[in-house]
Amino acid sequence: MRNEMRLSLLSLAVLMLAGCASSERVVLLPSADGRASAVVVRDAKGELVLDQPYAGSVRSQGTNSAYRSTPEEVKERFGAALAAQPARPRSYVLYFQGGGNQLMPESQTEFAKMRAEVLAWPAPEIMVIGHTDRVGSVQSNDALSLKRAESVRTLLIEAGIPASKLEAAGRGEREPLVATADEVAEAKNRRVEINLR
Amino acid sequence: MIKTHHKAAWALLALAFSLAAQAADPAGMVKTSSGQVSIERGGQKLIAVVGTQVYVSDKLRTAGDSTVGVTLRDSTLLSAGPNSLIIIDKFAYDTTSQAGSMSIGIRKGTLAVASGKIAKQTPESVDFHTPTSVLGVRGTEFAVEVGGDNEE
Repeated sequence: MRNEMRLSLLSLAVLMLAGCASSERVVLLPSADGRASAVVVRDAKGELVLDQPYAGSVRSQGTNSAYRSTPEEVKERFGAALAAQPARPRSYVLYFQGGGNQLMPESQTEFAKMRAEVLAWPAPEIMVIGHTDRVGSVQSNDALSLKRAESVRTLLIEAGIPASKLEAAGRGEREPLVATADEVAEAKNRRVEINLR
Repeated sequence: MIKTHHKAAWALLALAFSLAAQAADPAGMVKTSSGQVSIERGGQKLIAVVGTQVYVSDKLRTAGDSTVGVTLRDSTLLSAGPNSLIIIDKFAYDTTSQAGSMSIGIRKGTLAVASGKIAKQTPESVDFHTPTSVLGVRGTEFAVEVGGDNEE
């Protein structure tokens, strides 16, 4: 009994030492889009909410405490990690003429811009999602949206992007940018979204 | 009776396949890599160059003067500084519904995070954890440092 007690005390001491040795820090960074954000840091004893840019939590002697970090400290501690951050994913929207997979003239310029950016992107992965307006049946719009997505996918393959890095999907008339009644032609909804990451 | 059994067997088989397919989906891809960066997967050690796919259970390790950046399928950006060990404990993402979950471990070193679509859609299904604490995120960019020398 006594030995067991000693053993558990010993293992507790070891755990506490390990806890002391591992200092930990969390710092909330300003968000790229400027929106409010937060991180909640929880441990066995409770939680700390970091909800202002540069609000931080530092762990010492087994306890997380709030502290205020600075841009300088972030640069010093996290500069290397932040410099390695992959490029922010981008999205593009191309618009189509009614009923088919012909791009609108202004979207051809947008396509050229996108093509250049995709070709310069390290290890690009691309999701192409087609949409339609509400002219025609749901089934025919499912097919048309996929046809639009596939035509953009083909253009990107011709531009030199490996087919394996390109996914295409059609969402039909289900996700309009502009809500309309059925059978209404709406140019803003005849589109393909391209998400590059 | 026999027919029903067959049906059940086929259903099980189909389920097994779909689960296997799910497990085989990559979680993300290495987009930046500098110095000595490796991925430990099922007892093997791979060199993590730009374009290497990252899977669930992978351990990402950077040596001194080395860094790595990974974009997960939901557009979460992870990047680690020198002498870091990061583990992709869980990752699931449905590109159609944008539903999913993830759990990422920081065993040592530094990690910068810009959270992605899963954190936007269902923040409660995203966690990052250090040896002592669990971080919950609400549409966020943050950085974590873990001292010491955890090797596993």
